[in-house]
Amino acid sequence: MNKKEFFSAHDPKIVPILQKAVIGIAGAGGLGSNIAVSLTRAGIGKLVIADFDKIEPSNLNRQQFFVDQIGITKVIALLENLNMISQFTKYQVHEIKLNEENIPFIYKDIDIMVEAFDKAKMKTMLIETWLTNFPDKPIIAASGLAGWGKNELLHSRKIDNLYICGDEETDLQTGISPMAPRVGIVANMQANLVLELILKEKL
Amino acid sequence: MKKITVNNNIINWEENMTITRILKIMNYTFRMLVVKVDGKLIKKNEYESTIVSPDVDVKVIHLISGG
Repeated sequence: MNKKEFFSAHDPKIVPILQKAVIGIAGAGGLGSNIAVSLTRAGIGKLVIADFDKIEPSNLNRQQFFVDQIGITKVIALLENLNMISQFTKYQVHEIKLNEENIPFIYKDIDIMVEAFDKAKMKTMLIETWLTNFPDKPIIAASGLAGWGKNELLHSRKIDNLYICGDEETDLQTGISPMAPRVGIVANMQANLVLELILKEKL
Repeated sequence: MKKITVNNNIINWEENMTITRILKIMNYTFRMLVVKVDGKLIKKNEYESTIVSPDVDVKVIHLISGG
């Protein structure tokens, strides 16, 4: 398959813009794996993805991995899967636990950051680190996506260069776990916002 | 009466009004927050020492686990 064939369903005007974009994804779990798959299919030029975790059976309820990948590092498995979708996105993966010190180095060359962590404490750390180091570059975070149903509560909201997707209210607790449809919707809201930010200024 | 805006709600401004005080008035008890005052990030260890002026626009974003 050549590049022209892969992009034949795309509007030709947007392909060069998408192919120039470099997007960071912090986390390769429920949100990150879904965001990466959508942005790869969309034809983003380069993805920079970091996560330190390995795939566990419980991850298969919402994350874009397969049974024979259990036990493998998430970024390595995701790289395999993304390469099976498209060779027209470059993938840079980091098997590392992100923190205040390494985030500015790993993500120094990206255009937009997408927050894809599971824990609220990590989400807060990333947003604070990002807004401190790169106040002019957008960051798209997710908050409130556990459970099922309640489509009407999902929204996105802009606060300067910080964008939030989710319902901003449903917390993880007994009986409310993250599930594929709602995690996938919010991940794709984040990916959709990436496309909007890249394309709306350039077209 | 001088006012400030918190997440689009208009509330009365007070002398020496800190971020901690605003979170208490708004009854925001969430543990993981991102706070911006007129676009400027205020970190958690600055909530007690940051005093806001009248007319500021405060945004409080609640980060919830799940992903």
